[in-house]
Amino acid sequence: MSLTLTRTPQAPSAAPPAARRTRPRFLRHVLLSGVGVVMMYPLLWMISSSVKPSDSVFTDESLWPAVFDFGNYARGWTALSEPFEVYLVNSLIIVTLSIVGNLLSCSLAAYAFARLRFTGRRLFFAMMLGTMMLPGHVLVVPQYVMFDRLGWLNTYYPLLVPHFLATNGFYIFLMVQFMRSLPQELDDAARIDGCGPFRTFWKVVMPLCLPAFATTAIFTFISVWNEFFSPLLYLTDPQLYTVPLAVRQFMDSEGQSRWGEMFAMSFVSLAPVIGFFIAGQKYLVRGIATTGLR
Amino acid sequence: MIRRRQDWAGYAFLLPWFGGMVFMVVPFFASLYLAFTDYDLLTPPRWAGLANFREMAGDVKLHQSLKVTFVYTLVSVPASLAVALAVAIVLDRGVRGLAIYRSIYYLPSLLGGSVAIVMLWRYLFGYDGIVNDFLSWFGIAGPAWTTDPDHALTTLILLHVWTFGAPMVIFLAGLRQIPAMYYEAAGMDGASTWRQFRSITLPLLSPIIFFNLVQALIASFQTFTQGYVLSNGSGGPADSTLFYNLYLYQKGFAEFDMGYASSMAWLLLIIIAGFTAINFLAARYWVFYDN
Repeated sequence: MSLTLTRTPQAPSAAPPAARRTRPRFLRHVLLSGVGVVMMYPLLWMISSSVKPSDSVFTDESLWPAVFDFGNYARGWTALSEPFEVYLVNSLIIVTLSIVGNLLSCSLAAYAFARLRFTGRRLFFAMMLGTMMLPGHVLVVPQYVMFDRLGWLNTYYPLLVPHFLATNGFYIFLMVQFMRSLPQELDDAARIDGCGPFRTFWKVVMPLCLPAFATTAIFTFISVWNEFFSPLLYLTDPQLYTVPLAVRQFMDSEGQSRWGEMFAMSFVSLAPVIGFFIAGQKYLVRGIATTGLR
Repeated sequence: MIRRRQDWAGYAFLLPWFGGMVFMVVPFFASLYLAFTDYDLLTPPRWAGLANFREMAGDVKLHQSLKVTFVYTLVSVPASLAVALAVAIVLDRGVRGLAIYRSIYYLPSLLGGSVAIVMLWRYLFGYDGIVNDFLSWFGIAGPAWTTDPDHALTTLILLHVWTFGAPMVIFLAGLRQIPAMYYEAAGMDGASTWRQFRSITLPLLSPIIFFNLVQALIASFQTFTQGYVLSNGSGGPADSTLFYNLYLYQKGFAEFDMGYASSMAWLLLIIIAGFTAINFLAARYWVFYDN
């Protein structure tokens, strides 16, 4: 029963409600749209500046450029030591392998925690939850030393290997939650039909976990694509640079006032994230609501 | 029989995770050891006792970096959570176009940590940037935000608030769980909107607020990219954006004073653990669990 009750106990007169309800509603939309403009303005300004001639970026205040200069994209593309596609491909390789690594390693761990019974399960699960709260900065120095000893500096191994070793507890937790929501009877039926744990996992559980995998893949994409600290630490050869490292280089050439080109390449660096956001919104919102990932 | 077989399978599935734990547990203790040494990566670590910690006590830059990190965290985390909660409550009241608003508010939180956005912030808040243009409409002459030591950190706090969308989505999901009949009953008893917020929304949402608070504090204490990019690696102007982890990076990976960097890492770990512990203790007084 959905009774809508007004706050005043005495019955309000019959005529006003419509008018009374539309005014706050209208005000609310004005307020929300205002916030929306503030939220979007920086991005719109960046896009607008990317097609303005560099010398008018700070003089032409309008969002719609008085003069268009699409040449910023062509010039920006080749402004750094390598053409921009090198950085895009580097980032794409790292992101793709990170996604594969996270999906494989985290889903294996999640299945063990969600479905298998073995000695020490509770302890290990508690440890996994603990690592979710462990600040990563404590590990940086020894990990750097370790990767140095392994001869992995200036390679992608330090960026990739952790993803193949299920080091991100958030994704494991997300998948555990998802797998627990699947009926246990599926596993039992598979076992009765003679499936071992691996076949059950691969043939029965994995295909049903696709929504959780999509969430993991999108979050991995966005966080690895934006990742700045690890590439900064481990990559020194410009040919290996990822997109964020490349974009940062525009700041070193600041004196040359190539703002249009800088904003053009900045937008190129954000476009894949925005694209993934639009395509995968449903999974993002669901994922963030279940695990609090950001 | 079956029991043993399951043990074996469990460990097999956890094999990559065990590997990952080695990747975390070994460096964890190695870093504790290095904190008491003098280590430059080229020669073996030399035991230095408490020397690093004594040096930290007198390191003015370290104190500055602590101040920057504390101010940033203690202002931007509550501010962004408050905005997130307020907007979520307005959206939850049933607004036409909810999905569009939610998307627009959420997108910045995916971009906020990226190099491109922090660079953009330098120009939005530049002396002749769009923010000062806007302020000049009201006759206010804005400062040179990013090059003025008194205002550089403010721009990063505003950047943090700009990313309120992530906690907002979590709050929205939480608000959806509160049964509408509670509000109906309270409304029938004549409770005001504010009273309903204090007595229904806040207690029922408190576990989610708590969770967000803990996560945001831990993340905020480790801020690095924003300070690094805004100041092009220096932490300037006048160390006003010298975040703790930026200073740690400078010590460890520019000066290769890895013993000192490890001591710094442990001090921050202790601070974060302390704040988290206080949070959990304080939670007894304000976080409400239904069961």
